Amino acid sequence: MLEQYLLSGITTGAIYALVALGFAIIYNASHVINFAQGEFVMIGGMATAAFFEAGIPLPAAVVLSIATATLVGVLLEKLAVEPAREASVVTLIIITIGASILLRGLATLVWDKKIHRVPAFSGEAPIAIGSATLLPQVLWVLGVSAVAVALLAWFFRRTLTGKAIIAVSHNRLAARLMGISVRRVLAVSFGLSAALGALAGVLIAPIAFTSWDVGVMLGLKGFAAAILGGLGSSTGAVVGGLALGLIEALGAGYISSAYKDVFAFVIIIAALVFLPNGLLGRRAAERV
Amino acid sequence: MASSAGARPSGSSKPLLALAIVIAALPLALPNNYTYEVAILVGLNAIVCVGLNLLIGYAGQISLGHAGFFGLGAYGSAILAARYGWPAWVSLPVTLAAVALLAWAIGRPILRLKGHALAMATLGFGIIVSIVLATEDRLTGGPDGMAVPPLASFISGEKIWYWLVGAVLVGAVWLARNLIDSPRGRALRALHGSEVAAGALGIDAAAHKLSAFVISALFAAAAGALSAHYAGFITPAKASFLHSIELVTMVVFGGMASTFGAVVGAAVLTTLPQLLTVFKEYEMVLLGAVLMLTMIFMPRGLVPTLERALAATRAKRR
Amino acid sequence: MLLRAQSVGKRFGGVAALEAVDVALERGAVHAIIGPNGAGKTTLLNVLSGIYKPDSGSISFENQELTGKDPHHFAAAGISRTFQNLQVFFNMTVLENVMTGRWLHERCGLASALLRLPARARAEQACRQAAAALLDTVGLARWADARADSLPYGALKRLEIARALAAEPRLLLLDEPAAGLNPSETRAIDELIRRTAARGVTVVLVEHNMKLVMEVSHHVIVLDYGRKLAEGEPRVVSRDPRVLEAYLGTEACST
Repeated sequence: MLEQYLLSGITTGAIYALVALGFAIIYNASHVINFAQGEFVMIGGMATAAFFEAGIPLPAAVVLSIATATLVGVLLEKLAVEPAREASVVTLIIITIGASILLRGLATLVWDKKIHRVPAFSGEAPIAIGSATLLPQVLWVLGVSAVAVALLAWFFRRTLTGKAIIAVSHNRLAARLMGISVRRVLAVSFGLSAALGALAGVLIAPIAFTSWDVGVMLGLKGFAAAILGGLGSSTGAVVGGLALGLIEALGAGYISSAYKDVFAFVIIIAALVFLPNGLLGRRAAERV
Repeated sequence: MASSAGARPSGSSKPLLALAIVIAALPLALPNNYTYEVAILVGLNAIVCVGLNLLIGYAGQISLGHAGFFGLGAYGSAILAARYGWPAWVSLPVTLAAVALLAWAIGRPILRLKGHALAMATLGFGIIVSIVLATEDRLTGGPDGMAVPPLASFISGEKIWYWLVGAVLVGAVWLARNLIDSPRGRALRALHGSEVAAGALGIDAAAHKLSAFVISALFAAAAGALSAHYAGFITPAKASFLHSIELVTMVVFGGMASTFGAVVGAAVLTTLPQLLTVFKEYEMVLLGAVLMLTMIFMPRGLVPTLERALAATRAKRR
Repeated sequence: MLLRAQSVGKRFGGVAALEAVDVALERGAVHAIIGPNGAGKTTLLNVLSGIYKPDSGSISFENQELTGKDPHHFAAAGISRTFQNLQVFFNMTVLENVMTGRWLHERCGLASALLRLPARARAEQACRQAAAALLDTVGLARWADARADSLPYGALKRLEIARALAAEPRLLLLDEPAAGLNPSETRAIDELIRRTAARGVTVVLVEHNMKLVMEVSHHVIVLDYGRKLAEGEPRVVSRDPRVLEAYLGTEACST
């Protein structure tokens, strides 16, 4: 039984990690908590379902839906965040809340309020590993997430754009003085986060189905995972995501599935009280 | 910018009077029971927002879980009245006292957190409350909710509830303004301005944040209890994460560090969805769009932006 | 001895910002803490006001043990301060800033505040008058109802001092009060420090402006790399070869 819980924990954990990375990237670039992050996840799943139902082959549908979400992310930055760049962080957060409501509304208009299915990427016959059984989709979730995280690490370390994003997150003014276009960095950050969110949505849709409001809870869990790991840290986002997934699965298995979220949030609150900067966050001292 | 030292800041009793007049005169403009119902809903949300504004706008903290206190106030009074037959004049104060105690116990550890960690902790609290309320169905009736007995036999009907909620709202605003105008109000604003400097002046940050947290929790619980008795029914959705977000949005939209901003924010964002239902399936899109556009063009919130515009036109005329 | 700090140490990660520093402050004098950048002057001030808790050593003020306590306890004991990076309450008016400084002398319970009991109005009026008087002494009376964020830098430095004095401290810590000020503004600060000391308040200033330090202080402590390098009367310290070597240089030593 334990292997089953661990497996399901890592699977959801991988999804949470991708969503959490999206939060972390946007936060690092702009200090904004993007409450519309969950909606990118929703777009990933729903757009794939819609494209597939329209007759487009699954791989193309996946690529198109991620591209759509990326476009939405960039538009969000250009149309909503950019004009309000002088405003306080709280105001920007409310703007993203408005955006999340708008996107959910658009989803019900463009698509509908029904639950949709996305076929599994490579079949639905369960595979047995030891005493646990898993769906092939789970291997896709784990595999693709791992590749995505590795690609992201390479991107931040080896490419000029990636390093520019990190520079902006450390010191916006200095980055600008070095010739880095902060506007471009912000657009790329939002696009990237949207792509990650959509990827998560696409990967999980065959297992958990998808609908216009799946983004609310997934966004919330991704946010929690990002904070648990330490909001400024990408590694923290991944660690936080996996940790949250495992805590949830173990809580559901050993305590009660009704209270698995309670268990998870109690752990998160306790963790924050003892480690206010999250598991991996840095302690920022205020100079007076 | 110069003016005589010691001149009293714009009298805070005038806007309170204005609010009371608006509440007293509004029924003349309300054609039917439905509009009374919306007005009552506005009043209840406004009560929560006035308290929440003390925490967010003045003390500079954040809570993404205040619907949890609303729900606890609602269910507390509902359960004591429905399952144990307590009359309202007992169930209400007992519920409020219990919520105050809980807020104090929870506030002490989590208010040491700042920024996003605090947001997360309060968020977690709200979700825990809503899940417990939905799961303990023997006590709470589960996700489908439970029936709530009326507040008192003579308090029924939209009109009487309107006056009751209106009176409570005026009382809530009066209490909030008294606090803000007092040295304790300055202490809260000092904490928001510079926690370090406030400490150097002898202000115990932890104690003041905690008292703002408990007071705002009480306002939310009181509104929750009233809403339960008014509707005759309560569901766990009232304690949901989405409701918490709605409340924070109302406070920021109306204008933080402005008690009347909180009332206006509650008024606009409670009535707007009702008005938008005529657009049927476009309701959500329009609501989201209005929220985004308002915050982009009025980043300080509605009331402060209007106040500044008013002050600017007055200065031009001189 | 008004304040005694013994063998105070403070580390940040691997760096020892303060190491085995002893401070003994006599009542009624003006003391100065000087030293090169990074010597630990502001860290010492932060330890003496409770903002940093020392890793080692002890602090006692008027025989009251204060080591490890929170800043508001230091303030309650009678220590007040200003900040190197202005910590003015920009969300308030100038007068309200100083009125907030009166906090320790305002007995305001929660119930009394919420219910606006009658005694409150009289107390509030007294508070306003006391604050206005203080603004007068620092020359900011005509700005009383202006928002704090509309004041120029020099005025804000004086505002912080007025706010700190509102607490009626017995010890006033000033962190670079003359930083960024022109000569006439610096003279105003000089005047303010003298008048404050004349009223019996013990003053400690951290300063880079050597002219101000030499003119106004009775006792100088020199820090270097977190340790106390020398201390004594300004004239004596300014001739100490160790101090000259570490910091002053031959040009500044023209007093």
